[in-house]
Amino acid sequence: MIPVIVVSIYLVIIAIIGSVAFRKTQANTEDFFLANRTVGSMVFFLSLFATNMTAFAILGSSGQAYRQGIGIYGLMASSSGLVIPLTIFFIGTRLWSLGKRFGHQTQVAFFRDRWECCTIGTVIFSLSVIMLVPYMIISIMGGGRVLTDISGGRVAYSLGCAIVAMVVTSNVFFGGMRGTVWVNIFQTVLFLLFGAVAVAVISHALPGGFGDYIRKIASNPKTSYLLTRERMPERYFWSYTLIPLSSIMFPHMAIMCFAARKVTAFKRTVVLYPLAIMAIWLPCIFLGVLGTQLEPGLKNPDGILLHLLTDHAPVWLAGILGAGIISAVMGSDTHQVLAISTMFTKDVFAYYGGKEKYGERGSVLFARGFIIVVTMIAYLIALVTPESIFELAVRFAFSGFAAMSPVMIAALFWKRSTKHGALASTLWVAAWLALTWYVQRASDGIAPKPGQPPVVVFSALGHFFERSTANVTVYGFLPVVPMVLGSAALMVLVSLMTPAPSRATIEKYFPSRSDSEGSRENSHLAPGTRTAAPLHQPSS
Amino acid sequence: MTLASNLEPGMKAGKVFLLSLLILAVYLLHQDFWNWKKTEPLVLGFLPIGLAYHAGYSVLAALLMAVLVKVAWPKHLEESHPEQPRHRTDDSQGH
Repeated sequence: MIPVIVVSIYLVIIAIIGSVAFRKTQANTEDFFLANRTVGSMVFFLSLFATNMTAFAILGSSGQAYRQGIGIYGLMASSSGLVIPLTIFFIGTRLWSLGKRFGHQTQVAFFRDRWECCTIGTVIFSLSVIMLVPYMIISIMGGGRVLTDISGGRVAYSLGCAIVAMVVTSNVFFGGMRGTVWVNIFQTVLFLLFGAVAVAVISHALPGGFGDYIRKIASNPKTSYLLTRERMPERYFWSYTLIPLSSIMFPHMAIMCFAARKVTAFKRTVVLYPLAIMAIWLPCIFLGVLGTQLEPGLKNPDGILLHLLTDHAPVWLAGILGAGIISAVMGSDTHQVLAISTMFTKDVFAYYGGKEKYGERGSVLFARGFIIVVTMIAYLIALVTPESIFELAVRFAFSGFAAMSPVMIAALFWKRSTKHGALASTLWVAAWLALTWYVQRASDGIAPKPGQPPVVVFSALGHFFERSTANVTVYGFLPVVPMVLGSAALMVLVSLMTPAPSRATIEKYFPSRSDSEGSRENSHLAPGTRTAAPLHQPSS
Repeated sequence: MTLASNLEPGMKAGKVFLLSLLILAVYLLHQDFWNWKKTEPLVLGFLPIGLAYHAGYSVLAALLMAVLVKVAWPKHLEESHPEQPRHRTDDSQGH
């Protein structure tokens, strides 16, 4: 019962922080969605990190390590620790700059303006929403499951989901971006401490220390693979380094980039990001592997950390650590709900005339109403749909967003890129998502058991499609590889074959050198970031 | 399409080349095929080499980002201001 009380106190604190933020919130969309673009450096790091961390970082990572061993860290964590900061450095800073200059609040708003398009922007918007919604639903499911597990079944799954949905809704509804980032400070500190505390407590409880257990795993031929990557094909391992390209393309991450007060806020974030990932993932992966010895034969390995904490940590500490896990769930979920609300309000409601008709106050009202409706629908879906469907959808979403990254790179850095190139890339991504979903479903019946080699899916196609235990592969590579490469190739080829945007638009985003050389105010700005007019021109 | 030219205006081509090479080298170091089937040595007496290597890789990634921040930070963006009046194109009426 004590863990439930601790987690309840935590949830109350979250709600209070949200209500305090409500008092500071102004009735305009820039304040509600982006906290008036005033998020400071340290808060920006903590919030951006919380945006990208889900329950998977704690529960899923340890569960996967329990099944597959230490290779999970290199597969998912260390590659993310390099690629995500690089994308924030190159893409996030540019998004921030364009948001400041032109008032963009979403990626689609930028694409529409950059490529002078309406419908194609709506196509990109639709694909983004389709890929983001399952992520939001599975966060509610994960939160409900954690609350049920922590309470030892006293809190029913449906009630757990309802509690998470209500806390997230109230936090976003009242506080908007400001409430969300304030809560993130508390949440990120909690779950960053989680791993170190868990390792220290469990280590203290083990006679002989970790070394004895690891040597035991290594000396047993049935378990030694857990300490190597002998069951992880190299092509599969390399393919995974493309998945973190998805991070900056997730709408909640891109929107977060618009919220920073200064671009210098990104400095601390990109340097600390790999270390923060390590602080969470390394202990979780290690404890997951150790769990094979301490808690053998688990049917649901994702619960390994909860088992370890229950058996080896004081009950009050297990409650605090449980709150750390819930933090990871809700930190990301609040941003997803806010992002979907921002996208619908800005890219649909405001874009198609709602703002002109109902004004800023009406737009914020629409956003708040939308938040309630969308979380209620997500909650109902979470109750009636098997989790496995959304787990699969989320995995596909990561590949899908990764494959959309060439669209963003082209928009930011290539003046000759066109809306038709963007459309071709988007359709390519959508087609591959549909295809791999079909192949995955079609091959479920022949999926090999863990440790067995992959099998051919369609014999007529040879090794083109193979099925491993959990994934479909393309010549041994994950589908993200052809998706990213094809998307990039189409972006280039179709752009070269179709008319470029108007001169005025290109000049707006890529002012010519001669213009800037003639203007001292602009001389320090790079292509793609300079303004068409001198920056310090007095407003008329 | 020159990603490199958008780092910092005026940055010398040689410096851009070296930084690109550095990023590529760190990226390639992720594929540590030489550790694939090794369990030992156990670093600090309990960390298998494959896990310890990638923990070190995370630190290397942080160092790389610190180098990029130090020598290739897009300073020109720091001076960016909202235009007066702003082009609030995201809210404009659709066609």
